[in-house]
Amino acid sequence: MTRILVLGATSAIAQAYARRRAAQGASFVLTGRREDRLAAIAADLKAVGAASAESFAVDLAACEGIEAAARDLRARFGEPDEVIIAYGVLGDQERAEKDLTEARALLETNFTSAALWTLAVLKDRATQGPLTIIAIGSVAGDKGRASNFIYGSAKAGFDRFLEGLQHKYDGSAVRVIRVKPGFVDTPMTAHIKKGGLLWATPDRVAADIERAVSKRRRVVYTPWFWWVIMTIICSLPWFVFKRLKV
Amino acid sequence: MLEKSSWGRLRRVPHEVARPAFLDELQQTVRPGDKALLCYGKGRSYGDVCLNENGRLLVTDRLDRIISFDRETGVLRAEAGLTLDRLLQVVVPHGWFPPVVPGTKFVTLGGMVANDVHGKNHETVGTFGAHVRALALARSSGEVLTLSRSENAELFAVTVGGLGLTGVILWVELRLSPVRSAMIDTETSTIEDLAAFFRLATAHREWPYTVAWVDCLAKGSATGRGLFIRGRHAESGGLAAHGAGKTGVPFDAPGVLLNARTIGLFNTLYRHRPFALGAKRVHYDPFFFPLDAVNDWNRLYGRRGFYQHQSVVPMADAEDTLRKLFALTAEFGEGSFLVVLKLFGDKPSSGVLSFPMPGATLALDFPNKGESTRRLLTRMADVVLEAGGRLYPAKDATMSAQMFRAGYPDWRKVEERRDPAIMSDFWRRVTAEAA
Repeated sequence: MTRILVLGATSAIAQAYARRRAAQGASFVLTGRREDRLAAIAADLKAVGAASAESFAVDLAACEGIEAAARDLRARFGEPDEVIIAYGVLGDQERAEKDLTEARALLETNFTSAALWTLAVLKDRATQGPLTIIAIGSVAGDKGRASNFIYGSAKAGFDRFLEGLQHKYDGSAVRVIRVKPGFVDTPMTAHIKKGGLLWATPDRVAADIERAVSKRRRVVYTPWFWWVIMTIICSLPWFVFKRLKV
Repeated sequence: MLEKSSWGRLRRVPHEVARPAFLDELQQTVRPGDKALLCYGKGRSYGDVCLNENGRLLVTDRLDRIISFDRETGVLRAEAGLTLDRLLQVVVPHGWFPPVVPGTKFVTLGGMVANDVHGKNHETVGTFGAHVRALALARSSGEVLTLSRSENAELFAVTVGGLGLTGVILWVELRLSPVRSAMIDTETSTIEDLAAFFRLATAHREWPYTVAWVDCLAKGSATGRGLFIRGRHAESGGLAAHGAGKTGVPFDAPGVLLNARTIGLFNTLYRHRPFALGAKRVHYDPFFFPLDAVNDWNRLYGRRGFYQHQSVVPMADAEDTLRKLFALTAEFGEGSFLVVLKLFGDKPSSGVLSFPMPGATLALDFPNKGESTRRLLTRMADVVLEAGGRLYPAKDATMSAQMFRAGYPDWRKVEERRDPAIMSDFWRRVTAEAA
């Protein structure tokens, strides 16, 4: 039975992934701010086959309490076999450029707190057993773009951080999977006009993550074509790229 | 503003759309406002019961969590946006099956309650609402009520089949039926005419699932020829739920694809396919939901969309009435390749506005050719009304206020209990004062 710690369990991608793993009998510790919402998700996971699903209410974005919260989690639920880091905020780029409190929240939530949580999970592990860390990043972290560089840079920073961990833990029991979704139809993207072939469902992304876990991938673009799109965008010469409205 | 259509794709209707992901968010949106609101599940009703032009639309597809599922008793409670698709995936492996399923699994619990849907086993089990033990309803006054046959019974009766007008359904609790297998034993036989349909349909009541497919282009003495299909849950064959594989219709078919000639050809081929006849064991998925295999099949009707006529007429002169309806369709020459005929039993429906009543029900599609199609639908509706029958609101896009009131004389009971913040295009249409 795989014990999965979900950081940001109310995220649509995390829910879709947890459902898939619940059907295989995994057990869960669900974290997030809202106790009532975590309970609703836990009930659903149990109904579809989770061995257990416990809620642990915590503000993941609060950088101060991370070590204490991680200790508390460890004491109550033991060591997980798998951790999925799924929380984050997309924010409003234009507002964040003017409102530095907003900018700081974007950077701290998506980079600082996520990196600290990863360190907290790795630090003081009570076991040498295997651990898989799945981190949901974004294709937005692959290239700085006018429309979204605050969120993008936080995701980019986290991506470098994870890449470093992969280097450090290569050949050990700790595996890190960097997931890079493109446009996903979730509440986080509610304000963006949707439709078209570029948009994926959370379940599609979850299926790709599941495959990446079983195939021991290090980086996964989801859906796959985002690898092609980002490779092209990243290799465009400046005089072409600067004309793009992206 | 976002454009939404119903399954018939007759109109693209602008709405202010909200898609709450949790019940507390949904509850927050159920408040009085400048604009009336309406819930929208998977948009599988054909006409305008799920539309609310320029109003608020609460799309419930993200509210699909199971709240509790007792594998011993088969009682399941889930959020209103849970689809039959996911429900089946969860319950079938444990030997449970929804007591009533409509012709598609891409419908939500809330939608099935609001339209009090029926299935191929109406004679033996009644409508979906008959198996709902309780539900929670959020009203724009801010209250959340639990409704059942013993608690708030009056509001329960206008909410089942209440077209989503009495409040916003938060969750539904239903009792599932035990099955020993995911397979269905079926038998298919040919029927030569309408009389043969009535003989077969009444003679085989020990088979819970019965339905007939009819070649609507057959004229004269051949009227009503087609296939009679009956089924029951198999005793063995495993409990594997359906898979996800299906083909899609990626674009709108040109309008000429479905015409009298192609449909006539389809009908002839369908009736003569040799493998169709006789006894077979099939999975529940193709048996109950054959059209789900083609994603977005409604696009086959082209850009202008299509209408569906589904009516029920009392048993007394059902054969005669059906003959008149078929004559009208044949005369019109715009046949439909989806013609379904079946009998309803005498189980009383739970809802004040529930469609089924004892008699024969007929469903057929017509590509939208504008005024001529609407004229045909009106003429058919007149025949139905004259016979003492009525049309199915979930399928309807054209019936007049007068027609609706004649078919559903108790409609005021729903209007009286309607949440003042909720409205639909359908309700506006059928409650408008006749000019």
